[in-house]
Amino acid sequence: MSAVVSALAVVAPARRRSWTLVAGLVLVGAVVLVAVISLVWLPYAPADTTGTRLEGPSLAHWIGTDKLGRDLATQLMSGARIALLVGLSSVAVGAVIGITVGLVAAFAESWLDDSISAALDVVIAFPVLLLAMLIVAAQGASLGSVIVAIGLAMSAVVARLTRVLTKRVLGEQYVTAARTSGTRWPGIVARHILPNIWPTLSVNLALQFGVAVLAEASLSYLGLGAPPPNASWGRLLQEAQGTVVTAPLGAIAPGIALIMLVIGVNFIADGLRDVADPARKGRR
Amino acid sequence: MTSYLLRRSAFLLVSFVIAMMAIFVLLRLLPGDPSNALLSVTATPEQIAAAQAQVGADRPVLEQFLAWFAQLTRFDLGESFISSLPVWPEIAARLTVTVPLTLMAFALALVISLVAGVVAAIKADRWYGILISAISQLGVAVPVFWVGILMVSVFSVGLRWLPSSGFPRDDWADPADALRSLTLPVITVALVMSASLTRYVRSATLDVVGSDYLRSARAQGSGYTEALWRHGLRNGAVPVISILGIELATTFLGAVVVESVFGLPGLGSMLLKAIEQHDYPNIQGVLFVSTLVVLVIGFLADVAQRLIDPRLRVSISGNR
Repeated sequence: MSAVVSALAVVAPARRRSWTLVAGLVLVGAVVLVAVISLVWLPYAPADTTGTRLEGPSLAHWIGTDKLGRDLATQLMSGARIALLVGLSSVAVGAVIGITVGLVAAFAESWLDDSISAALDVVIAFPVLLLAMLIVAAQGASLGSVIVAIGLAMSAVVARLTRVLTKRVLGEQYVTAARTSGTRWPGIVARHILPNIWPTLSVNLALQFGVAVLAEASLSYLGLGAPPPNASWGRLLQEAQGTVVTAPLGAIAPGIALIMLVIGVNFIADGLRDVADPARKGRR
Repeated sequence: MTSYLLRRSAFLLVSFVIAMMAIFVLLRLLPGDPSNALLSVTATPEQIAAAQAQVGADRPVLEQFLAWFAQLTRFDLGESFISSLPVWPEIAARLTVTVPLTLMAFALALVISLVAGVVAAIKADRWYGILISAISQLGVAVPVFWVGILMVSVFSVGLRWLPSSGFPRDDWADPADALRSLTLPVITVALVMSASLTRYVRSATLDVVGSDYLRSARAQGSGYTEALWRHGLRNGAVPVISILGIELATTFLGAVVVESVFGLPGLGSMLLKAIEQHDYPNIQGVLFVSTLVVLVIGFLADVAQRLIDPRLRVSISGNR
């Protein structure tokens, strides 16, 4: 917990500390903690099917077992790893591609800018999940193609936002001054654009993290996610669906874990926005 | 307005052709050959060549695309690799599940979110205003299939009020039966959709309530409700409409998940099955129809915005 508090002190100046940021950091921190613990210790081996099938919660199995007799707590803990890994990696993929395309569009001649913007508008009209399904369909289901698929699908949104924000900064007088004084475009991007667009962009990337986690769970639920033994929360839900009445915890626990993580990052995004722009505080 | 309509229609057409090309090329450039769907693992080179000729995979990609596109203009989507049945009738049959599901869920979500969003904005200081905001905040983090699973366990398995999955074999022959099958899926989608819509409605309403024009109208003697109706609705509707367009498109395409939860034979489950079987004509057919629907919804939303807000009509660019 002290790590969370110190992280908070860095992110939020005391004056503007917002409760959403605290709540978000606590929720996401809990999931991160579980994922880190799962790297060094798990209650059982993930493939251990020695438990009684569909057992209720007990000291031996904290939230019971699934229909194969595997320990649900173990599955849930390693699921946290997958969720965070896919969330972080696909946001990284989406950010790198999206920011690059957005910058290119903002700097380009108007015909190229218009074509890129029109293409982005078409891509954005499709939900992340459908685009990801397409890419996974072509590539085959694996952890890598899930990450690439979600990252690519999200990059259009990031690109459009980057373009709009960059255009706004490019219209500022300090950029004109920098250009006049001979600063080349890499210098302008590094010194003026990125620092100025980052506060707004980071809020959006945090929201995209939540979208990515939900998309991964949906893909896994549909059987298009990372194949076993990767214990994705989406796949746990899919497996528990048939036994929801006899063993409700199996369906409830992964759902709650998903909601905790997604709402946590949404809270962080809200908190960051309040910190970046106090005038918007309380509006979401 | 006429020239805008022309430009916007041209944009619709061009983006549709480009989207179709992208889908077609994406499916073919990536590893895996469409003819694989026809073959067993022990196929001889002759069988492979024959299968490739049968599906046209031995020709250049551009030629394949042109042939497929020529078919499209006649609304002929080809035949499934797996079942050899024509694709279009299959899609049409599945649309009779997906379209009613989407429209009913959308209508229900619209009603819920308009009421909840406006109440949450106007009564932001009351406990129920805060509660609505909190629930909608929570709702955007909830995966739709999880709500579906809980719905099934409570209302079908627990209370035995409604069927847990499937659709009548004779489709809409007995409308009451079909509606019973769609009730839980519609409620599931509507609940999840109204969470995010409520947030947008609330935020648009807050913008209206805090606006100068509303204060001016009140200063000139207009009542609060009257001012909201006359000035607020039109102004507040503009940002909400583009979100509505996106949400409607998302629901239509997102039906794949909820159809999977409830075992409905809709467009989404057709796509899922086609992907599993590498049935390219079916994948392309479903994507053709989905792309068309999504782009037309975007078109209608843009046009509606301009009809409502004359200020937008002076903007030059064809896309937002």
